[in-house]
Amino acid sequence: MTTLTAPPKTASPPVRPRTSPRAGAWKRRIPLLPALIFTIIVTQLPFVATLVISTLQWNILKPGERHFVGLSNFKFVFTDERLRTAVLNTVVLTASVVLISVVLGLGLAMLLDRRFLGRGLARTMLIAPFLVMPVAAALLWKHAIYNPDYGLLNGTLNAVWRLFGAANGPTVDWVSSYPMPAVVISLVWQWTPFMMLILLAGLQAQPGDVLEAARMDGASALQTFRHITLPHLRQYIELGVLLGTIYVVQTFDAVYTITQGGPGSQTTNLPYEIYLTMFRKYEYGQAAAAGVVVVLGSIVIATFALRTIASLFREEVSR
Amino acid sequence: MPSTRYALIAGAAATALLATACSGAGAGGSSGGGGKRINVLMVGNPQMEDIAKLTKSTFTKDTGIKVNFTVLPENELRDKVTQDIATQAGQYDVATIGAYEVPIWTKNGWLHELGSYADKDTAFDKADLLKPMVQSLSGADGKLYALPFYGESSMLMYNKDVMKAKGVTVPEHPTWQQIADIAAKVDGAEPGMRGICLRGLAGWGELGAPLTSVVNTFGGTWFTKDWKAQVDSPAFRKATNFYVDLVKKHGEAGAAQSGFTECLNAMSQKKVAMWYDATSAAGSLEDPASSKIAGHVGYAYAPTVQTKSSGWLWAWAWAMPKTTKNADAAAKFMLWASSKKYESLVGDKLGWARVPSGKRASTYAIPQYQKAAGSFGDITLKSIEGADPANPGTQPRPTVGVQYVAIPEFQDLGTKVTQEISAAIAGKTSVDKALNDGQKLAADVAKNYQK
Repeated sequence: MTTLTAPPKTASPPVRPRTSPRAGAWKRRIPLLPALIFTIIVTQLPFVATLVISTLQWNILKPGERHFVGLSNFKFVFTDERLRTAVLNTVVLTASVVLISVVLGLGLAMLLDRRFLGRGLARTMLIAPFLVMPVAAALLWKHAIYNPDYGLLNGTLNAVWRLFGAANGPTVDWVSSYPMPAVVISLVWQWTPFMMLILLAGLQAQPGDVLEAARMDGASALQTFRHITLPHLRQYIELGVLLGTIYVVQTFDAVYTITQGGPGSQTTNLPYEIYLTMFRKYEYGQAAAAGVVVVLGSIVIATFALRTIASLFREEVSR
Repeated sequence: MPSTRYALIAGAAATALLATACSGAGAGGSSGGGGKRINVLMVGNPQMEDIAKLTKSTFTKDTGIKVNFTVLPENELRDKVTQDIATQAGQYDVATIGAYEVPIWTKNGWLHELGSYADKDTAFDKADLLKPMVQSLSGADGKLYALPFYGESSMLMYNKDVMKAKGVTVPEHPTWQQIADIAAKVDGAEPGMRGICLRGLAGWGELGAPLTSVVNTFGGTWFTKDWKAQVDSPAFRKATNFYVDLVKKHGEAGAAQSGFTECLNAMSQKKVAMWYDATSAAGSLEDPASSKIAGHVGYAYAPTVQTKSSGWLWAWAWAMPKTTKNADAAAKFMLWASSKKYESLVGDKLGWARVPSGKRASTYAIPQYQKAAGSFGDITLKSIEGADPANPGTQPRPTVGVQYVAIPEFQDLGTKVTQEISAAIAGKTSVDKALNDGQKLAADVAKNYQK
């Protein structure tokens, strides 16, 4: 395309700014101000209120006993054994879901990166789990798959056993016997498509000439993958891991629906524990304090995520 | 992902609360003026859906009072109604609450006294209400604070065909030992069939309800009269061990995840031979549309050990928050909804099996109802009458209530302790450890009440 703007032949008289640049900038911002104020109100005020509430002893069922207790709710959050377990469960749950789904997503993305008949259809179907509502997905796993009576897993076991002449297969109570894997697997099913999408984008952004050069130099497929594809994908993987982490940390639906945090508190993660504090214990102060701690943790992770995105953009620009 | 930021729920909800709290008493959501429109919040049970259908053509037509219904599932209802009433938001003129909430909310001064309205309405016939119902819906001052809509106790339900095939007779008043023996005998009577269904799903209103009724009859209690925690006492231990052993050995598949709904399913699909649960389950078991054993169910009283009866007691009842500005119209609605007239209206229009029963002695004398509820009506009535909410075990209690402790902390305490016991059922921990941990939690709660 050619540029149409030709340089002016005669020097036009310099336009004198009528107002200072600062004021001009503000003038341009004025129409945006209502939106800005609205955003501040809806995003920041609740947080400020949460901060205030986190310093109160406030049980909604005991009116008249609400009073200021300083930081003792935070002390409770950091010393309570159940909350410590919840933190640990949250870490285990998040780390395993994100890592497994990145690995599976990478594998699927590599497959989808090749040309084959029906690729579009395969891609659409692979993305589908990510589009299912979390609650619906959790219900599906709980009832259609894990249920010991009529679930798919035990049904398959029974069918295999019957092939060999036995009357009934073993009745495995999946959710009670393997609570954490049960939750993790259902979430991996949901999150693998997300990772796959990001990594597929990365793979398709791979410069073809470099790959061709590698092939000409006699590099094996494995070598090409290790030394060219993987380094190229690094930032996409980082992005997937960080975005995935931010969302999976907040997992509620799967825990609530599949295990109710149990057995015991083996799958109780932070969001579910906060829910219990809020709606079973009605201790608003404690719930708010725990919420503040989670938000601070999420901000730390989010900062890393934003940095990764920024570095991705830098790479694009420098190319 | 559309999952909500639960971290911020606390903030958002609390801000809403603050806002309503600040605006104070002026925040009445219901329309002022003539008071010819009331807002009703109800739990989404079939009986409530029926009344939502019938109100316009009868109650509104007769009185001119329009009724707006909000229907929510039980857990959401509790959250919403608690917050609405606790913050004095005053959005609702009538709300359905359970027997657990009445004493707690009454103590907080959140509810309107209703006994005087009931006394004034002669057609209502307050004396006809079952005594345990009145008792569990009254405050410490002895006044009635909620009008029962329907009530339930608990009983043992069994598959008559299986018992016959195995040559077992279930006594009308069984002991828990007899039930354990029968469960062992009928376990595996049909391929994949287990002996008994007992709730194993964590939750004060799930596993907590049947387990507490078993603890009561084994001579245990959550707290003594002077607020000493008893969760690790020998009787509580014995009862819990018995319950957990029975479920582990002969209970339903997936016991640790089975609540009322799962057991109803297992029983009606012939996956278990017996089921100990709410009397209100009978209506569903006898419905041929959803149940494979309709017409083949036998009923027995809740099994006992040391007490004469051990059925629990629950009621869904109408209550009026003090914040209402339409007290008279609201009272009219509540009295109508709990009346004999409404029961026969349901019987005529929707069928007698759907009558909201379990609250009035006269219901069980109606010939059409007797016919519809033939096999279980009598046991239901006698179980409710036999329940003693003030004294359900072998020792005096600090609060009124059979399968729960009527203190605000119990929702949390019961949920956490049953989580551990549910883990014991799943084989992830021992009953001893569960109860030792539970004792610590209970002792913490007890401190709030000891003098």
